[in-house]
Formats: sequence, C-alpha cells, structure tokens
Amino acid sequence: MSNPKKTHSALFHLVKRAPLPWYWNLAVRAIAVVLALVVSAVVITLLTQKNPIEVYSSMLDGAFGTELRIWSLLQNIAILLCISLAVTPAFMMRFWNCGAEGQVLVGGLATVSVMMFLGGKIPTPLLMVVMVLASILAGIIWAVLPAVCKALWNTNETLFTLMMNYVAIQLVAFFLKLFVKSGSGILTPMPQYGLPVIGGQSYLLNILIVALLTILVYIYLKYTKQGYEISVVGESENTARYIGVNVKKVIIRTLVVSGALCGIAGLLLVGGTNHTISTTTAGGRGFTAIMVSWLAKFNPIYMVFTTFLIVFLQKGAQQISTDFRLPSAISDIITGIILFFIIGCEFFLQYKILVAKSGKEAK
Amino acid sequence: MKKLLAMLLCIAMLACAFAGCSESAEEESGLSASPIDAVELKADYEIPEDFKIGFICLHDENSTYDLNFLNAVDTIQEVAGLSDDQVVVMTNIPEGDECYVAAKDLVDQGCDIVFANSFGHEDFMIKAAKEFPEVEFCHATGTKAHTEGLANYHNAFASIFQGRFLAGIAAGMKLNEMIEAGEFTAEEAKIGYVGAYTYAEVMSGYTSFYLGAKSVCPSVTMEVQFTGSWYDATEEKNAAEALIARDCKLISQHADSMGAPSTCEAKDVPNVSYNGSTYESCPETFIVSSAINWAPYYNYIIGCVVNGEAIAADWCGGIAEGSVVLTGINENVAAEGTVDALKKAVAGLKDGSIKVFDTATYTVGGAAQETYTADVDTDEAFTPDSEAIANGAFDESTLRSAPYFDVRIDGITLLNEKY
Repeated sequence: MSNPKKTHSALFHLVKRAPLPWYWNLAVRAIAVVLALVVSAVVITLLTQKNPIEVYSSMLDGAFGTELRIWSLLQNIAILLCISLAVTPAFMMRFWNCGAEGQVLVGGLATVSVMMFLGGKIPTPLLMVVMVLASILAGIIWAVLPAVCKALWNTNETLFTLMMNYVAIQLVAFFLKLFVKSGSGILTPMPQYGLPVIGGQSYLLNILIVALLTILVYIYLKYTKQGYEISVVGESENTARYIGVNVKKVIIRTLVVSGALCGIAGLLLVGGTNHTISTTTAGGRGFTAIMVSWLAKFNPIYMVFTTFLIVFLQKGAQQISTDFRLPSAISDIITGIILFFIIGCEFFLQYKILVAKSGKEAK
Repeated sequence: MKKLLAMLLCIAMLACAFAGCSESAEEESGLSASPIDAVELKADYEIPEDFKIGFICLHDENSTYDLNFLNAVDTIQEVAGLSDDQVVVMTNIPEGDECYVAAKDLVDQGCDIVFANSFGHEDFMIKAAKEFPEVEFCHATGTKAHTEGLANYHNAFASIFQGRFLAGIAAGMKLNEMIEAGEFTAEEAKIGYVGAYTYAEVMSGYTSFYLGAKSVCPSVTMEVQFTGSWYDATEEKNAAEALIARDCKLISQHADSMGAPSTCEAKDVPNVSYNGSTYESCPETFIVSSAINWAPYYNYIIGCVVNGEAIAADWCGGIAEGSVVLTGINENVAAEGTVDALKKAVAGLKDGSIKVFDTATYTVGGAAQETYTADVDTDEAFTPDSEAIANGAFDESTLRSAPYFDVRIDGITLLNEKY
C-alpha cells in the first residue's frame, strides 16, 4: 500500500482456515445445532409462552411418532433426495440448474398422460415400461434444452431453467384443462395404473429405487471418467479444454443425467404416490433440492443426511402447528432459525476471525 | 466506538418501530347487526371422553376460505364442550397423497370423524374411507358421496346461493340509490364480478347474486371476469381494475384474496364481499358479505356419531340451520333501508315465498327455462344426468349438496372463461 499510516485498522479480519480435523468439523456442527435449539427455545417462549421442551418433543413425535409417520418421512426423504441427486451433477459442473421443479413436473405429466391414455389398453408390464421411458424422456427434454443453448450460444442457464419451470407449470395447467372436463381442475387419481406396490407398503418401491440411485450417482461422480470430467469443467472450463475435454459435450451429457433423474422423481411422485397431477405436485422440492445439494457439498452420501434434516424439520414444523394450534409461520420461524445456524456454521468451518488488537497492524 | 453507537441506535430504532405496531387505536365499528338472526347452536349430545375429531385444511388462517373453517372449529369446540386434546387441526395439507397420509394419521390418533375442506381432497378422503370403515369421513364441497355408496363417506355444503341472493339485493339497492342521485342512468347500471373458475360453484354464486340485484333493480346487467385461481391477489386486482375501467358501478367477487376489495377501496367503487367482512380494510366501500358458517355441520356430524345415528350422504345447511350467514351492513355505504329490505327477504326465503332461481325471474337465450339437465352424478365424461327444474324454479343443492347450477342466463356477460 502506498500510504500505510492512513489505513484504517478494521475491527476484525477473515482468514481462510486450513482444513480442520474431522472431530473439529463434527464439534462445530454440534455446537451450531445446540445454539440453534437454544435460540429457537427463547423465540418460542417469547412468542407463544409454550414450553420449548414440549415443542421439540412434538417435532420428534411428528417425524417418528407412529409407523405411518416414519414411512411418510422416508417417502418424503426419497423424493427430495432423488431431486437433489438430479441437480448435483449440474451443480458440480457449475451449471446452475434451477429448473428441477419443471423437470419433475413434465416427468409427472408424461407419466399421468401414459396412465390416462394407455392404462387398460396395453398389458400392465408394458404400461410400466412406457411410463418409465416417457417420464425420463420428458425430464431429459426439459433439462437438455437449456443445456444445448448454453453449450452452443452460452445463454444464461439460471434464467433459462427458471423460465422453463413456468412453462412446465402452465403445461400441466393446460393439460389438466383438457383432461378434466368438469371445470374443477382436479384429475381423479388412477391407482389402478400406478407402479406396483411391493411388500404391502406403498412407499417401499420409491424408497428402494432412490436408495439404488444414490449409490449409482455416488459411483458415477466419484469413480467414473465422466464424473471426473464434470468436476474438471466445474473447476475451470479452460483447463478442461486444455486437457482435451469436450466441454459442450460434457454440459449436454450431464444435463441428460440431471433431467433423467428429475423425470424419475416425477414418475415416483405421480406413478408411485399420487396417481394424479396438479400444478403443485412438485411442491417446491425442485428448489429445496438446491439447498440439500449445497449443504452436502455435492456428496450423494452426505445428501442422505441433509435431506433427512430438511424433511425432519418440515414434518416437525407441521406437527408443532397441529399440536399447539399455532400459525404455521411460527414453525417456519423455528425451521428458519435452525437452518440459519447450520448453514452459518459452514462459514466458521472455512474461515477464522481475527480480531485486530488496537495499536498493532493486523497482517 | 462510533460503530458501536450506530449499532445501538439501530436496535433502539427497530424496537420503537415494533412498539408502534401495537399501539393502533381500536376504531368504532359502523356496521349494523346482521339481517339474519344468529342461530344459537345447541349440543343435544354428551361428548364421551374418548371422542376425537380431526380437521384437514388446504391452507391456514391466512386464507379467508380456510379461516372460515377454522373459526367454526373454535365455535364448535365451545358449543360441544370439546377439550383441546379432542380436536386435531392439520393445516397446509395439499390436495395429493399428503391428504391421504393426514387422514390416516388422524385415524391413528383415534379420531372418530375426519373432516377435509378442499375439493381436491375428495379422492384421497374416499381412499381413506374405504380403508377405515369404522371412522366417519366428511368432506366439504365434494360431489361424489351420493354415488360412491360408502356408508362412512359424506359431502356437505350450504345453500350459499341464498346468501349471495341477499347480498345481491343490497347491491341492487345501492345501484338504485346511485341512479336516483343522478350518477348514471338505469341502463348504465352494471355490476362487475371477479370469479375464480368457470365452474358450477362460482356460476351458481354469481347468478344468484345477479338475480338478487335484479329483483330490486330490473335494468341491471353484469360482467364476469375469471382469474383461473382460487387465490391470486394480483390477478384479482387486475380483474377488478379491468371491470371498473369497463364502467362497472359495483364490484363483487368469488375468490379468496383481498385483491378485488382493496382495489374497490382505492378507486372508491362499492364492493360486496364474500367469506367474511372486509370492513376493517375497506370502510369506505364495503357494503355486506355473505359467508358459510360450518359450525352447524360440525355440530350435526358430532351429534350423529355420538348418538349412533347415520350421517346423511349429502348435507346442505341453509339460513334456518345457521349455515348461511351475512355480516353486518356498512351503513355508511349501503343504501337507506337495506337492513329492513334484507330482513324481509330473509323471511321470504325461509317460508319459501321467494325462490332464488325462480324461472320467472330469468331467461336463457331470450326464452324462459322450462327444463334443464344438470350434471349431478360425477362420471368421467361429465354427462348431464338429472332434471333440475321443479315447481317453477331451478332446484339448487337438493340433488346433492354441492352446487350444480351452470346455466348462462341473459344479462350476464362472461368476459373470459377459465377452467
């Protein structure tokens, strides 16, 4: 600096940390959770005069209280995890796929159309195959369109994928209008054409499929050449080009994977669970998945835990407003506080704060 | 030091801002008493200790539609003497598999009755009803109970078209007052209506409202603009603005946001509301609002279950049951004599001398309507199946509880259609 005497001494400095040992990582996260619970407890007591311990036990009850709730928890984890797995390869490549919501919806729309027009007309095994193929294809089309434009003309993928969400929502609304003639906009469920139920548990198939996908995506990203290419393109497109990676091909190929997984999520939601579709079938999971993926640092195995955290908070929050008849805003506040601390602690894991001592110049 | 001071000042400012919120003075209400005498609910049953009822709501108290159901829950809790443990309310349950899970969860918790409040919940309620024949499943606004043939699945609605008709009379009288004051001619009297979907429930609503207005102001016409959503503040605002720009002198709506009423307040156009009073935020333009009170139905189903009687497949409450209610009338805006006129009409509706869809009061394509086949039984092709004209009137809500009047009568112009 040209004039060191005139520089202001800042109150504190941020310095990037060397990687911490695993037990420190764990400790910092544990402290964050404890702090989050303490702050939430204070907020709960101030706003509602309820006993925070009771509120927390109600959260646990909402997630694990009965067999039904545990199944429902696992089912919700499965769907959110599937969508999170879908956006991850794109994110690792620094391709901001914000269009998972729409990709899931068109996957679901394809499924429901097959159920409607082919259900009962072709043998059931064939119907299942057509459903799977149609949903995957629809998801791929919705994801590849922005990818091709990005690869060829370098368009902004964030805006493109976001806008594709609205197109998908309107498409669903349009087809609902065609399918449902009463004007109510509600399509009667068709469980008779749904995916098979195994073991008498309607969610088991979904859960097993997503468990398998999690392992496959983990292997794909970590141990295959294609997975390696994705991370190289993510680090630097120029480096990738220098070592002879065809960046355009990687972008398009990765989004095919991304879209296919979203299509499968749509298939599981419509074919496996709801047996009908509405414009809110994806329920914002396409956006929540972005947070899940980032929180887990794009690692599919960690993602199981981050998905669990998010779904647990959602289920718990729902139970709080039911048990205490509180406005849902209160449970949103609690969820917000807990997420704030958990995301916030990532900062302290990467940086340390140096408080400048007066009189001395911080370096 | 300076930074610290600035931070402290910021906190102090925020604290003041929040304190300011709680200091708003309560204003004296300019509303009259409701023209419909309140029906006092009585519990003719003893609630057993192990009784439990569960409610499933699409949204929460932020939607006027759901608030209406939640307020009724509070009422019935008091009337029936139910403890907090005997009432389970689940809010924000989407119209999908989540509804089925919620219904099963309520059964798990030991509920004797499960009630759901949104049209799209129906198929998932039926699915749960088939699985748990020992639990009663009651569903508001649905259409399938009378054809499904399940002993433990039931639909309910209210003759809200009667409430709309009454609100229409208040609207017609306001138009008459404005005509007399020379603001516009009788031929220019035109009502604007913001509707959600081109769907029987909405069509029955705006037609009965129009017929109420027409019964006192014969020259009135109406234009309807649909938004394609039950809750979309921006679209409802836009629709109201478009209608006002088309010279509509008075606005009413069937959609759940404050979009239309607040536009009316800003443009100083009289408004007839729905689902509850909007007087607080629109004191200069609010006239009256009709609403469904669900407490009488809750009272009925609880009584049936406790006394071991069967619940009707379809139940439609009217003015006499206390299901159809009106808010008080805003005497600063409503025409003089509105309260008395409405009281007279209420008596007429009660004794049957006034019929809302009297075929003598409207025409279709220039001719009186003598026969009409309505789609009452839901099937995949939505084929009309039942004769709905009886004794010189369209027989609304007697063949099933949910409205099925979807006739397009003369005098009402649909500006668009949204299914």
